[in-house]
Amino acid sequence: MLLSDVGATGFQFFALVPLILIFPLLGLLINIAFGSRMQEKQIGWVASGAVGLTFIISFLQLVSLGIHPEGTVIRLADWITIANLNLHWGIKVDTLSVTMMLVVSGVGFLIHVYAIAYMHDDVRINGDPSRYQRFFVFFNLFILAMMILVSADNYLMLFVGWEGVGLCSYLLIGFWYDKGKDGIGNALAGKKAFITNRIGDFGFLLAAFTIFGLFHSFEFDEIFPQIKQVATVLPYGILFITVFMLLGVTGKSAQLPLYVWLPDAMAGPTPVSALIHAATMVTAGVYLIARSYPFYAVMPEARTLVSWVGALTALFAATIAVGQFDIKKVLAYSTISQLGFMVTAVGMGAFTAGMFHLVTHAFFKALLFLSAGSVIQGVERGLHAQLHHKGGLQEDHHLDPQDMRNMGGLRTRMPTTFWVYLIGALALAGIVPLAGFWSKDEILLNASNIDKRIYWILAVAAFFTAFYMARQIFMVFFGEPRTDAVAHASESPQLMTIPLIVLAALAGFGGFLNLPHIETFGHWLEHTIEYKPLTVLGEEMPPFSLQVAGMSTLLALLGIGIGYWLYYILVQKSLRGEPQAYKDPLESALGPVFSVLNHKYWVDELYGVLVIHPYQALSQWLADVVDWRFWHDWFHDTVIAGTFKKGTKLLAVQIDLGIIDATANGLARLTNWSSGQLRRVQTGYVRNYAMAVFIGVVFILGYLIVILK
Amino acid sequence: MKWDDLFAILPLVVISTWAVVLVLVDIVIPRDRKGITAALAALGLIFALYFTLPQYNRHLVAFNGMVIVDGFSAFLNTLFLASGLLAIALAYGFLKRNNIDRSEYYTLMLFSISGMMLMGIAADLIIIFLALELLSIPLYVLAGFARPRLDSEEAALKYFILGAFSGGFVVYGVALVYGATGSTAIVEIIQAVVAGKAAMVLLTIGAALIMVGFGFKVAAVPFHMWTPDVYQGSPSPVTSFMAVGAKAAGFAALLRIFVSAFPYLSVSLVPILWLISALTMILGNIVAIAQNNIKRMLAYSSIAHAGYILMAVVTFGKGSAAIDAVSAALFYLLAYALTNFGAWSVVIALEKSEGRGLLLQDYAGLGKKYPAWAAAMTVFMLSFTGVPPTLGFLGKFYLFRSVLEGGFIGLAIIAVLTSLVSAYYYLRVVVIMYMQDGEPVVEGDIWLKVAAGATAVLVVVLSLFATPLLQWAAQATLQSGL
Repeated sequence: MLLSDVGATGFQFFALVPLILIFPLLGLLINIAFGSRMQEKQIGWVASGAVGLTFIISFLQLVSLGIHPEGTVIRLADWITIANLNLHWGIKVDTLSVTMMLVVSGVGFLIHVYAIAYMHDDVRINGDPSRYQRFFVFFNLFILAMMILVSADNYLMLFVGWEGVGLCSYLLIGFWYDKGKDGIGNALAGKKAFITNRIGDFGFLLAAFTIFGLFHSFEFDEIFPQIKQVATVLPYGILFITVFMLLGVTGKSAQLPLYVWLPDAMAGPTPVSALIHAATMVTAGVYLIARSYPFYAVMPEARTLVSWVGALTALFAATIAVGQFDIKKVLAYSTISQLGFMVTAVGMGAFTAGMFHLVTHAFFKALLFLSAGSVIQGVERGLHAQLHHKGGLQEDHHLDPQDMRNMGGLRTRMPTTFWVYLIGALALAGIVPLAGFWSKDEILLNASNIDKRIYWILAVAAFFTAFYMARQIFMVFFGEPRTDAVAHASESPQLMTIPLIVLAALAGFGGFLNLPHIETFGHWLEHTIEYKPLTVLGEEMPPFSLQVAGMSTLLALLGIGIGYWLYYILVQKSLRGEPQAYKDPLESALGPVFSVLNHKYWVDELYGVLVIHPYQALSQWLADVVDWRFWHDWFHDTVIAGTFKKGTKLLAVQIDLGIIDATANGLARLTNWSSGQLRRVQTGYVRNYAMAVFIGVVFILGYLIVILK
Repeated sequence: MKWDDLFAILPLVVISTWAVVLVLVDIVIPRDRKGITAALAALGLIFALYFTLPQYNRHLVAFNGMVIVDGFSAFLNTLFLASGLLAIALAYGFLKRNNIDRSEYYTLMLFSISGMMLMGIAADLIIIFLALELLSIPLYVLAGFARPRLDSEEAALKYFILGAFSGGFVVYGVALVYGATGSTAIVEIIQAVVAGKAAMVLLTIGAALIMVGFGFKVAAVPFHMWTPDVYQGSPSPVTSFMAVGAKAAGFAALLRIFVSAFPYLSVSLVPILWLISALTMILGNIVAIAQNNIKRMLAYSSIAHAGYILMAVVTFGKGSAAIDAVSAALFYLLAYALTNFGAWSVVIALEKSEGRGLLLQDYAGLGKKYPAWAAAMTVFMLSFTGVPPTLGFLGKFYLFRSVLEGGFIGLAIIAVLTSLVSAYYYLRVVVIMYMQDGEPVVEGDIWLKVAAGATAVLVVVLSLFATPLLQWAAQATLQSGL
């Protein structure tokens, strides 16, 4: 639909949708151009304002969709026109894309506001305030790329956004590129994220090319109606597409086997972890599958594969989270685990449940990350205060402000942070009536009706989820402070706590978007996603099951209970007022098993041995032996250049110098000589000049007289 | 007299009236404020330009066939007026530095331009002669403008004596043509020939003598010998103006007369023109190699370029090929004019009093010390040589192509070979600038910088977007006047 048509038919808010790309673009341009002359607050508010306006535009789309739920496509420009490939830049406005727009811009806005205050301290802790401007430029760029991703009406434009968010992720993970382990750790983490994602992108591209090969189009609206027909003729073509798309998803959404980059990505500033590595970018894979649902709808085999990948990831990552001490690493593995829940859901065909969990997870995981950021800066402030207090360097100077073993007792020192953290943790653990309960329950309900094995895997993962969150809460907020720095910790400024409170409210009440039997969100998405999963018996999915809900609540409470017993009661008993002697009770109890979890099953090391080291050795061999010694030294230098040199020497000395040069030099010498001779004619006497004219005239007239008579 | 007649000569009226008034106004302008005169002269040129532009795509015969306005004349008159503007930009600072900032420079130049513009629209041999004198006499004076410097006075006198000498040939030729056809108007000459009433031998000899006269003006071999001495002796801004304006006016007359009035004489005259053109290209390019003074080198370079443009005149009897050749010649003149003014602006920037700073050796080290000036000079040298992406390349390309179209393959080969020779002395300047060490001193005022920068940019940029320019030149065709 053209812009002018939109105006005529009265969907006036749809016509505004290009602004969701323009506002972030403007924000980042303003900050690039004038940021160096603006104050920090101004930079931050320009960036936040841009995202806030984007949210308002997204909300207007919601209003228009209320009247016209079928949505529309706004074409902005022709992009590529080659032969029968005719691509345009178009924005798809439907219930699915607007859901994503609202999440990205809404949560994004809150995180931007939070970052105004957070980055103020962060750039000072890390000692380079000039990077404040850069942070918000990247942050706006991310929102722009994410908006392109979710608003695309074709796979190629989606890929532009997909790569754009990957770029921003890379830039922001390595934001403090000169920090980290050995001064290069953060840069390496960024590189790891980028390269791992390249593998997934390779899968995405193969899928996209296959789509174009089969359908001669990249546009959703042209592809989807043909899928059923193509699937009967070429089922393996569709299978190929779905499997390689899944590879892309495992990269972007950090699923087995490509999840390894996400924990390392915690090297980025905490708002980055919250926005990109928890709430929005990593869910792009889930969105991609939901968007491509017609492919998965006709391919049960692909669905099975996707749901198993998701379920195994959910359990695997949840167990690792139990053994982590870094406050952000726990949340990172939790994110991988929760993404596994979503992928399982969309894999089972429960697209609505998956998207619902995506939304609620965006609320409570952004909340948890931001609160963790608040905790970290609280500890930093404590460290700072303590240094001032005592003067001079202390043993705690090298204290890791993210290590939970150093914390404890922050409940009284950072009350607001504690309460919002608690709400986030309970929502994640799935305690009724918080957001996570409803969305997780819906996934479990679907799983129990489709595949019992997957259901039990997810249920165990849910148990671990509750347990590690309880462990974290008790380690961080309860008991006595285990270091002086934590004892001096203080609450974060309001600019940080207010977004936290808003997110806490969303995490608390977000579940009411899609209550059983009412299913506001489900009906909303039905306009876009027409597929509904069936039970194994081929019946329609029941809206609610007390058995499933009861079971998951029971598991969650069990996890919290064990956490309470281990990390509160046992710890209090064993320490007896000596907080410095803290040791993780689980570590002592499980011993080597805990070590396995703490070392993340040595997967990084395994990849190192299996892939990275052989690859590096191969590269080394190719570079040293094949390229340098064989190709360069022998083939190029000896064979080609040597022969060539001999040949040219023959040509140069014998033929060129002897014949050609001699002739050419002779000519040049002749030219120079005649130049000198002719110059002598120029005597400077007017009479000679006039004589030359006269002789010329005589010659001309003489010639004419000869030929005319 | 009709109003249309006035419209036809309106730019000319504007510029000559402006010049006369400027002479009077100049009396009240104080000696140390001659910049005002320069500005007023420039304003007059712009004003005349404003009246010239509406003459495109017009075809007017005025004053009973004495003048004709067509695309050809409009193109050339635009070129003359723009040259005037550049010549003012080049002169202003130079005259001041050399303590010769007399305002007569500007008024004389306006008079000379009025002569050139008259040449552009002239359609009668008498008017053509009148225009020739009108443009030449102020130039004689301008050549001696640096008096009491001896070389300047010598240049003026040489130019005057030889100019008068060759002017005599033009008058003699006109008289013979009149005797042969009974008229000096181009239209009536053609009619007389068509009616078979013309004495062809007399007419041919008359045409040949006219050719000699204008051959002098454009500096074609063997009528070129004044060129190096006059170019070297005249103040540099005058030289640059002379090298473009006088040459373009000479070609205007040659093309107008030969292509529209004498195409049937091609059998007897083409061999002569062919030889003159070939000799001019060969001699100009070869002797330029031996020069170590940049002004003399550019003088020979201008002789060589006259040889190239003469090739367009050689095709004058070839019908449609001649039309193409005229367009190609106009385009070449434009390219030459821009490149020439640019190169001279660099020369002026490096020139010191008493004629120092003009040796090629004085350009050593320019690339290091003044990269912008050196880059501009490199552009001009490449354009002169005919290397893409410059206007010089396109000019040569279209000109050589139209010569081939006319069937003069030998001439085209000579042109290409001599272009190759020209690379030797043009690129030598570049080599000296960038690869030899030296301590050049540049004294460029703002207008000089503007002129050099603008021409350098135009030479490159216009070559990249040359299509409108080519179309413009292609539309600037000669109208017969019938």
